[in-house]
Amino acid sequence: MSFQPVKFYQTGTYTVGNRLLAPDERSVQAGELRSNSINSGHRACQGCGEALGARYAIDAAMAESNGQLISVNATGCLEVFSTPYPESSWQVAWIHSLFGNAPAVATGVAAAMKVKGRSDVRVVAQGGDGGTTDIGFGCLSGMFERNDDVLYICYDNEAYMNTGVQRSSATPPAARTATTMPVGNEPGNVFGQGKNVPEIAMAHGIPYVATATVADLRDLEYKVRKAMKIRGARYIQIFVPCPLGWGTASHDTIRMARLAKESGMFPVFEAEHGEVTGVLKIRKQVPVEEYLQPQKRFAHLFGKHAHPEMIARLQAIADRNIRKYGLLEQGDN
Amino acid sequence: MANKPFAITLKAGSSLSNLTGSWRTFRPVYLDRLPPCNNACPAGENIQGWLFHAESGDYEQAWRVLVENNPLPAAMGRVCYHPCETACNRAQLDEAVGINSVERFLGDEAIKRGWKFDKPAPATGKKVLVVGAGPSGLSAAYHLARMGHQVEIQEAGPLAGGMMRFGIPKYRLPREVLDAEVQRILDLGVTLKFNTKVENIQQSMQAGGFDAAFLAVGAHIGKRTTIPAGDASHIVDAVSVLRSMEGEDKPMLGRRVVVYGGGNTAIDVARTVKRMGAEPIIVYRRTRDKAPAHDFEIEEALQEGVMIKWLSTIKQAGAGEITVEKMALDDKGFPQPTGEFEKLEADSVVLALGQDVDLSLLQGVPGLEVKDGVVQVNPNMMTGFPGIFAGGDMVPSERTVTVAVGHGKKAARHIDAWLRGATYEAPAKHELADFKNLNTWYYSDAPKTVRPMLDIIRRKTSFDEVQGGLDESNALFEARRCLSCGNCFECDNCYGVCPDNAVIKLGPGNRFRFKYDYCKGCGLCAEECPCGAIKMVAEET
Repeated sequence: MSFQPVKFYQTGTYTVGNRLLAPDERSVQAGELRSNSINSGHRACQGCGEALGARYAIDAAMAESNGQLISVNATGCLEVFSTPYPESSWQVAWIHSLFGNAPAVATGVAAAMKVKGRSDVRVVAQGGDGGTTDIGFGCLSGMFERNDDVLYICYDNEAYMNTGVQRSSATPPAARTATTMPVGNEPGNVFGQGKNVPEIAMAHGIPYVATATVADLRDLEYKVRKAMKIRGARYIQIFVPCPLGWGTASHDTIRMARLAKESGMFPVFEAEHGEVTGVLKIRKQVPVEEYLQPQKRFAHLFGKHAHPEMIARLQAIADRNIRKYGLLEQGDN
Repeated sequence: MANKPFAITLKAGSSLSNLTGSWRTFRPVYLDRLPPCNNACPAGENIQGWLFHAESGDYEQAWRVLVENNPLPAAMGRVCYHPCETACNRAQLDEAVGINSVERFLGDEAIKRGWKFDKPAPATGKKVLVVGAGPSGLSAAYHLARMGHQVEIQEAGPLAGGMMRFGIPKYRLPREVLDAEVQRILDLGVTLKFNTKVENIQQSMQAGGFDAAFLAVGAHIGKRTTIPAGDASHIVDAVSVLRSMEGEDKPMLGRRVVVYGGGNTAIDVARTVKRMGAEPIIVYRRTRDKAPAHDFEIEEALQEGVMIKWLSTIKQAGAGEITVEKMALDDKGFPQPTGEFEKLEADSVVLALGQDVDLSLLQGVPGLEVKDGVVQVNPNMMTGFPGIFAGGDMVPSERTVTVAVGHGKKAARHIDAWLRGATYEAPAKHELADFKNLNTWYYSDAPKTVRPMLDIIRRKTSFDEVQGGLDESNALFEARRCLSCGNCFECDNCYGVCPDNAVIKLGPGNRFRFKYDYCKGCGLCAEECPCGAIKMVAEET
């Protein structure tokens, strides 16, 4: 069962908090005492989805672990903008090693804590989509396969943003990056299969896999807190729009994440031991154009030399997600 | 350096030393916008303001905020035509918030629980005469009394309420509700003299030693029209019929009653005589969509079995029957005679063709200007004679209870200022909270709560109230449908969505503040604010 919004209140529970809700029904982010894991002064761009998503997730993990948390960070935007030597924005125990070894380092930290008898200390590893789906993928798969006691969180902004928007295996088809065809019949990323890491994680049969977006805070917090209650390898992929790499306005970050979910381009679900157990339904379905058009990386699909056939293929991807996960079905969820 | 670990040259620090606020080109600012309901309310109620308290179940506080502007919520929650609901932004989402029904709930709750108004301000020693105990006079008396002035109302009739009693039928406004709200105003120390018709305003003021006067005489004289009529015909006017319903002698109209006119008064009379067992027919010269009566009232009348003959005028009235001529609308929408005639059975004809105000009390007052049967007032509600103010039906305006209550409040403020030798400056209005300022994603779907209606058979035969009220559970639900347009309701969205922790939460009731040292000006808070209470403004360069 995914998070259930309360329908009675004037804003349901779609807002971050609500003065009418009982304190225990409010989100972690609504609390004055949230840990603010990434503090002010970090150097992320205006409207950064990753900075937001990371605070949402780590604050929730901190709340669930009573502050007994160690965070292992892969190289990437998140690491670069938060810790320019000698400053740090992190208000959580934090370690960075290499681009590709965060899952392995986290495994080591978890093993060390076990040896020390500190079962109260929990371990989170975090990285961007490049560090997760490409460079750190071997270590990640190993961590899954050994069922190490680590929650791995991937902040998915669909390219290598920190180094200048290069394509990753999480880049969607047709999106333009610094390393995809700028012109031609089919500019942008190719229509391949990409790499669907949530499903690959499910294929490992690990206890818990989930996806979330920065547009659905309540759902995100619910999933992080649920993951923190489970021992063993867990994986959460959080969709975090990137104003710089996608060419969107800084104030549209949350709207873009919402449109990705509402169009079906990014299915939001959770799975236990390889089986899907809950999906966040589409509330107000939109065609993929509504999601694509505001983004400059998809600008070549519109305008004078439009590519309606590519839009149709992207719509087909969204439709397949909707069918596969039952994103529009009414019923028990 | 010697004290630092191997290969470490700088002292570790927090990113708080990096003031990212310097990146900003636009800054977010909190603001209150004017909700469309408040903007549309003729009584100037702070509707969003009192709904805010009703949402948390604090009905007494909600009622207290409400009565800061309007002392008659239980009456208003029944008879107001609620332009607030017409303006409500929620109508563009699903249906308008049932503001009127929540207002009535609060008004009824106040009567049930015996809530009293806050104590008046210390006495000023000034005396104000209010002429007429209708909605406008009562409203002015209430506000003046709360400001500490000594108020005396002189009322020509035997009972208080004015048109609320003598114009609006019981099935829309039960008299015990009206009595309770009037009594609460009198409990503030207002003197009310019945059967005291002011014949000459200057004399009355001098006699009582009044420093100022507020005239609020209602439009109680029914307009006549010339209908060729035989001796045996029975023609009366609508206000007299409605007025006599309040007395011992109920009007004798016979079985077939023709009501002539298409306004709310015509509907009120027709529905009233229906309840007395007669068969009313409304005759109106234009069509339903052109009729000045509110469509829901026409609909309710039709449901109750009132007949309506559209596009007809009365040519002649005789004994037991009248002759009507059929009309046709011309290109400009005006009715033109067709030469086709028809006879209708009619024991009596009730004229509901509009009303006039009896202005005889103004005779001899210098500087007064009367135009089109109403007194001209300046924007401060003062007539041409210093110290004499006027409002309600007497002045050029729409004639509704709500407008009258608004006039009373406005006049009271200016009278208060005038008595102090000052002028009252209304605070500047906030910019309007438009639908496009809202982010409606955050509001869950919630259909309007419909008030129960009395059974049709009882509506045809009794004067029981037609429309029921909400109870506590659905009044709370209805209040919570409010979108709080333009005014922060502490949903924590700005505090949550800021990627830079640049919003400080100040705790319940204190809203939020920006940390401009770190705010990069991304605009996420303004974009994701559900109610449009944050605005981005360009930084000065």
